[in-house]
Amino acid sequence: MKKLIILIFLFTHAFAVAYAGEAKPISDDPALEVRLKAMSQELRCLVCQNSTLADSDAPLAEDLRNEIRTQMRAGKSDQEIVDYLVARYGDFVRYRPPMNNVTAILWFGPFLLLLTGGFVLYRVLKKQARDGDIQAEEE
Amino acid sequence: MNRTLKFLIPLALFLVAVGFLTKGLFLNPREVPSPLVGKPAPVFTAPILGEAGKRFNSADMKGQVWLLNVWASWCAACRDEHPLLMDMAQTKRIVMHGLAYKDVDAEAQQVLIAMGNPYNKVITDTDGKIGIDYGVYGVPETYLIDKAGIIRYKHIGPLTPEILLTKVVPLLKELGV
Repeated sequence: MKKLIILIFLFTHAFAVAYAGEAKPISDDPALEVRLKAMSQELRCLVCQNSTLADSDAPLAEDLRNEIRTQMRAGKSDQEIVDYLVARYGDFVRYRPPMNNVTAILWFGPFLLLLTGGFVLYRVLKKQARDGDIQAEEE
Repeated sequence: MNRTLKFLIPLALFLVAVGFLTKGLFLNPREVPSPLVGKPAPVFTAPILGEAGKRFNSADMKGQVWLLNVWASWCAACRDEHPLLMDMAQTKRIVMHGLAYKDVDAEAQQVLIAMGNPYNKVITDTDGKIGIDYGVYGVPETYLIDKAGIIRYKHIGPLTPEILLTKVVPLLKELGV
């Protein structure tokens, strides 16, 4: 039993050492990394369009993360940094589309469809009820 | 309302949806419209490839219509468009500068020696900062900049003779080149 415990200890210890060798510090400022992580999860990597800036390994994503770090250190607000990226890559860089003339149909289209559907349903039901009354009267 | 007409409404809606989806099949999702088109091209200065100590200042291009072709020696699609760039250079119709994006100077130079140099000047953007300012996300990309320094057109991906004929040449005519 003791041998087993020692063996387990040795194994886990060995793995811990191996992982410690692979992990590299991303930045010396953990608070900044947390902020970067939160922000880059809201941003699209334009090279591999279906992943976020946080998840992407593309060289451009790395460059952009570094650019965001630099701007954060320079005291820029999240909004200023997002604006900086949108000015260069367009609204597409954001995972949450902003409301403007171009995206209005995206925001209001579903509600419009719902209203239309509701109206059609109301008309059909009303007509059926009326037809039903007529039939009932005829019987 | 006519009864048969009423039954045709869902079919008509279905066909409209099919129309939109079919159109969607032929759109390229990688081509994201650049917000920079119609806006002033970001001004930059950067070292010129093969001219040690000299720097290119994009502000010096005011008064000229020019193309900025973003490329790299590591980019395979750039090799595809290279022969076309060589043809364009031979016509001497328009000034075209290259931007060696995130490239090693020696490797960029090697490509130009092996395949020919279609560029008036090649500007180096080793750390990709100019690329970020221009919203570059996939090389090759080509920008058409007018005399006032406004980006008039951006093409993402390799240029093709078709793009040149249908997009670039008409714009050049409009801009008096």
